[in-house]
Amino acid sequence: MNDQDHKGIPRTTPRQSATFSQDVNSDIRRAAATGIYDIRGGGAKRRVPNFDDLLFMGASISRYPLEGYREKCDTKVTLGTRFAKNPIELDIPITIAGMSFGALSGPAKEALGRGASAAGTSTTTGDGGMTPEERGHSTKLVYQYLPSRYGMNPDDLRKADAIEIVVGQGAKPGGGGMLLGQKISDRVAEMRNLPKGIDQRSACRHPDWTGPDDLEIKILELREITGWRVPIYVKIAGARPYFDTTLAVKAGADVVVLDGMQGGTAATQDVFIEHVGQPTLACIRPAVQALQDLGMHREVQLVISGGIRSGADVAKALALGADAVAIGTAALIALGDNDPKWEEEYNKLGTTAGAYDDWHEGRDPAGITTQDPELMKRFNPIEGGRRLKNYLKVMTLEAQTIARACGKNHMHNLEPEDLVALTMEAAAMAQVPLAGTNWYPGKGNF
Amino acid sequence: MQVFDLEAEGLRALNETLHAQNAQTNQTSWEIVNAKGSHAIAVGLDAPIEVTVKGSTGYYCGGMNKQATINVHGSAGPGVGENMMSGTIIIEGDASQYAGATGHGGLLVIKGNASSRCGISMKGIDIVVHGNIGHMSAFMAQSGNLVVLGDAGDALGDSCYEARLFVRGTVKSLGADCEKKEMRPEHIEILKDLLERAGADAKPEEFSRYGSARNLYNFDVDNASAY
Repeated sequence: MNDQDHKGIPRTTPRQSATFSQDVNSDIRRAAATGIYDIRGGGAKRRVPNFDDLLFMGASISRYPLEGYREKCDTKVTLGTRFAKNPIELDIPITIAGMSFGALSGPAKEALGRGASAAGTSTTTGDGGMTPEERGHSTKLVYQYLPSRYGMNPDDLRKADAIEIVVGQGAKPGGGGMLLGQKISDRVAEMRNLPKGIDQRSACRHPDWTGPDDLEIKILELREITGWRVPIYVKIAGARPYFDTTLAVKAGADVVVLDGMQGGTAATQDVFIEHVGQPTLACIRPAVQALQDLGMHREVQLVISGGIRSGADVAKALALGADAVAIGTAALIALGDNDPKWEEEYNKLGTTAGAYDDWHEGRDPAGITTQDPELMKRFNPIEGGRRLKNYLKVMTLEAQTIARACGKNHMHNLEPEDLVALTMEAAAMAQVPLAGTNWYPGKGNF
Repeated sequence: MQVFDLEAEGLRALNETLHAQNAQTNQTSWEIVNAKGSHAIAVGLDAPIEVTVKGSTGYYCGGMNKQATINVHGSAGPGVGENMMSGTIIIEGDASQYAGATGHGGLLVIKGNASSRCGISMKGIDIVVHGNIGHMSAFMAQSGNLVVLGDAGDALGDSCYEARLFVRGTVKSLGADCEKKEMRPEHIEILKDLLERAGADAKPEEFSRYGSARNLYNFDVDNASAY
């Protein structure tokens, strides 16, 4: 392009609009061409205040560290100590979040079970029921109780090590789901009692209860059916964490699972994922406060999910008061999702490794979020399980490294006092001081 | 006949006792007295036993039932027979909301009326209501049969899939993608059998059949206003 116009006057540099960015414009063009909103998988892609905005201070004269590799830093966690006869005891405070058979292939579910079991932790079913391979390969399996009740039956319920009543999901607080027809294989259709090839809607709220008073009775029913043996989790989205945590505890939950907006979904409207819900970081302190106000912190355990990627994230979530975390998207990446080795095929789908999120279409080159038999062959569940185990081990070692540096002999001894924030937003959300100050927004003595 | 005083012995003891019964049990007949609207009565049963509840029940009576026959001599609260897999539940009085919700199998008979969302998301259960049913019944109903001897409220069968809905009286309105369908000989046979098993005094020919128009089975933007 000439840098002068036809009169010889210098041109200004072409300037892209911050409001109408290339991404926005492509969304408008796509909407205009199709007449339908964009559906995709994954969680919020926009940048929101997150764990990267926090730092541990480490030891100093007033805080002495533990010797790495020599002095013990315990990672065990017990979930469901409130009412269940058989709480879940985990070796590490990192669990695998609920992801459905249907959204994921059978071998992928098997790999999650293998990896979690090898690392001494639990995995979780999803919308679509419990598969034998998942149960068989999972030492500890949490059975989700979802609005759709696809595949729900008392036999599987009694095989579960815990039951997770799903009220909300961070990617879509207040939203249901849709498994598109192309992923409905014979087996998926049979498990869900629906014809093959049709879109399967998952309701946004439970069919037989509404509100916290009903939830209390629903929890009673599930406990009676399972003989009060297994913990009952209640999973909530990062919508109103203080009140939802309070109500879940009031209803009788053993464990509250809180999923922030970076938490993934198999398929939801992009506008929903990006514009509804709160960042994970913003949800933890209100939930912990609710537990503390009720005198139930550490009595009812808090599991945090949504954008957990590393041992640093684990340590930060625990320092803010969580008992454990759950990972979903990160686990899929560990299995091989979005691996650059499939770049050529991602390009054919109009995307690139790292950005592929059309999980609902069932054409996943990595063979994980698909029911296509040929694509599924690309994924080895034994190898996938090994990779997940390695990743969980690394996360645990990382978290222990940080905890030792802070002088903690148990991950749960990490505390907000160990943290500072890099931004005002993160300081306000985490309620830890802005680095270099003794103040955070909302705290007095400004 | 084993008599169980729910007020005296408590819910946990009741369900624990009933869960302890198996296919070979000699204690096949149970009577529960002093139910007094308690929740979660006789949930998760899995044995060919007969349980009679004297009085009305609260939420989720007979939830996830397998094999057992449960007879409630009173009315039932919300979610009676929710997610039941097999067996029979008979309510002599009325039933509240969500009767038979997500039921996978078995027969639920309500001799009075059923409230809203009867048969919501049903997945193979057969439900026979001698009276009327409320609004949004058979919402997202996947499979099974809902038989109504009286009238149906608003939005019957909204977003339903392959469930068959038979109504003898009037239907106030049909939900999205639900339509009146031809009553073929095989439907008459299904209905005849269900009416007999439910002890209902009605002729199959008096009923109309409703079901999915199947227009919303795969998302089409031109149908967006129907959602």
